[in-house]
Amino acid sequence: MKVVIAVKRVVDYNVKVRVKSDKSGVETAGVKMSMNPFDEIAVEEAVRLKEKGIATEIVAVSVGVNQAQETIRTALAMGADRGVLVETDVAVEPLAVAKLLKAIAEKEGAELIVLGKQAIDDDFNATGQALAALLGWPQGTFASKVEIGGGNATVTREVDGGLETVELKLPAVVTADLRLNEPRYASLPNIMKARKKPIDILKPDDLGVDVTPRLTVVSVSEPPARKAGIKVPDVATLVEKLRNEAKVI
Amino acid sequence: MTSLVVLDFDATGIKQPARSAVAAAAKLGGEVHVLVAGANVGDTPAAAAKIAGVSKVLVADDASLTHELAEPTAALLVALAPNYSHILQAATAAGKNTLPRAAALLDVQVISDISGVVDADTFVRPIYAGNALATVKSSDAKKVLTVRAASFDPAAAEGGNAAIETVTVPGTEQKSKYIGSELSKSERPELTAAKIIVSGGRGMQNGENFTKLIEPIADKLGAAVGASRAAVDAGYVPNDYQVGQTGKIVAPQLYIAVGISGAIQHLAGMKDSKVIVAINKDEDAPIFQIADYGLVADLFTALPELEKAL
Repeated sequence: MKVVIAVKRVVDYNVKVRVKSDKSGVETAGVKMSMNPFDEIAVEEAVRLKEKGIATEIVAVSVGVNQAQETIRTALAMGADRGVLVETDVAVEPLAVAKLLKAIAEKEGAELIVLGKQAIDDDFNATGQALAALLGWPQGTFASKVEIGGGNATVTREVDGGLETVELKLPAVVTADLRLNEPRYASLPNIMKARKKPIDILKPDDLGVDVTPRLTVVSVSEPPARKAGIKVPDVATLVEKLRNEAKVI
Repeated sequence: MTSLVVLDFDATGIKQPARSAVAAAAKLGGEVHVLVAGANVGDTPAAAAKIAGVSKVLVADDASLTHELAEPTAALLVALAPNYSHILQAATAAGKNTLPRAAALLDVQVISDISGVVDADTFVRPIYAGNALATVKSSDAKKVLTVRAASFDPAAAEGGNAAIETVTVPGTEQKSKYIGSELSKSERPELTAAKIIVSGGRGMQNGENFTKLIEPIADKLGAAVGASRAAVDAGYVPNDYQVGQTGKIVAPQLYIAVGISGAIQHLAGMKDSKVIVAINKDEDAPIFQIADYGLVADLFTALPELEKAL
């Protein structure tokens, strides 16, 4: 079974982002970039499927600037077999990413596509669902467990009330939640090996996809700051303040 | 201009976040219709008709719509879409699962987790875990939106008198099947609707301490119990307790954070709470920078004292 994984290059999750002074966006120049943490979990899940003999080949796809090759290399070092970069300087929105991924999945004959449930930059939480829609495939979003067998993917999902299990007829799309697995660190020999693995570079036009954004960013601003309040010396004072000052209990 | 709001409901009734989505739709300025989609929906349409500001209730009652599976629900929304300028649902697990799928079928870029409505085409949404707010304008003919419930005061549950209409459910090939759920059972209020939340973090050390120290306080206050990601990852409490960027986004009147250091991802889920209390023995914990009342103390002595004082 061929598995396609999608990986996004994002501002590293440890970076405290700063809004640009002209309010056009968030400062990304000179900022550490990494693979979206949810995508790392997706990569790990695909690699485990290969180790179990279920996945035969893993193709790691990224959409973005030329440097997104580094993100693909990380996936290759973790165990993906080859990469595809759809290179563009446009800030591609989830719907257009889904269209690009659909074209690649069809070309590759993928039976399973695994993605992170959301990217930690734009927080859309939409690409996997859109991709499943466009392919006409079922979707298992926010997955905390995935089992493949009998032509199905059985996916346990993190939902508001707890956990829910659905059975999806393959081919299917799965999006990874936090507790699906703990991604491995790539070993040095694997990082070296990854350098020799192939990455194809395409343009959106090669796939016949229009990536023109549907949304215009009017402005990006800082959220209202919350000021630190006071320290109380003991529990009695705390309860007194909550009763008489804040009046919330 | 008419909006359609997909309601979240279960056997206990219509969820509060669904009424927040109605409130967001009302801000668009047009008529607001709501959709009750499920199997054996019972009294839900009648309850939906009473929500203030709703002028029509669409009822789709079909076995295929049970358990809020995204595939048939999205197909239904596509069938209903020609009559609507906006389709909305609260950013619940179901809304986040279904609406992006429906949007893609309509060739629309979904706008996720809106926290503000500027006009019928322009919306505010948090990005980077709430560390920035983006105002975006959509050029799509139709808008598909999920709504951050904590940012909109819910529409009143009573006061409306909407017409109820049954709609036809399109047949779809079944490619996904519901197998089962493990839902947490609790007599306490739901996190997303609670007025008071008591949350524990890694400092709680184990699940037993949640039961022994946090739950009695929650019971005295009529509060919900939440947790940080660290506490959930460590297995102290189930996943549905998680408050944060990827867990539940809450904005109660009072949020008490116990043994929670205050990682950005946690703050993203609770910093809009009206009053924040932090109890932590580390006086440098980042949670104190946003807390209205901070108590530097060992939670194992502070919590029993707090329980007694309430």
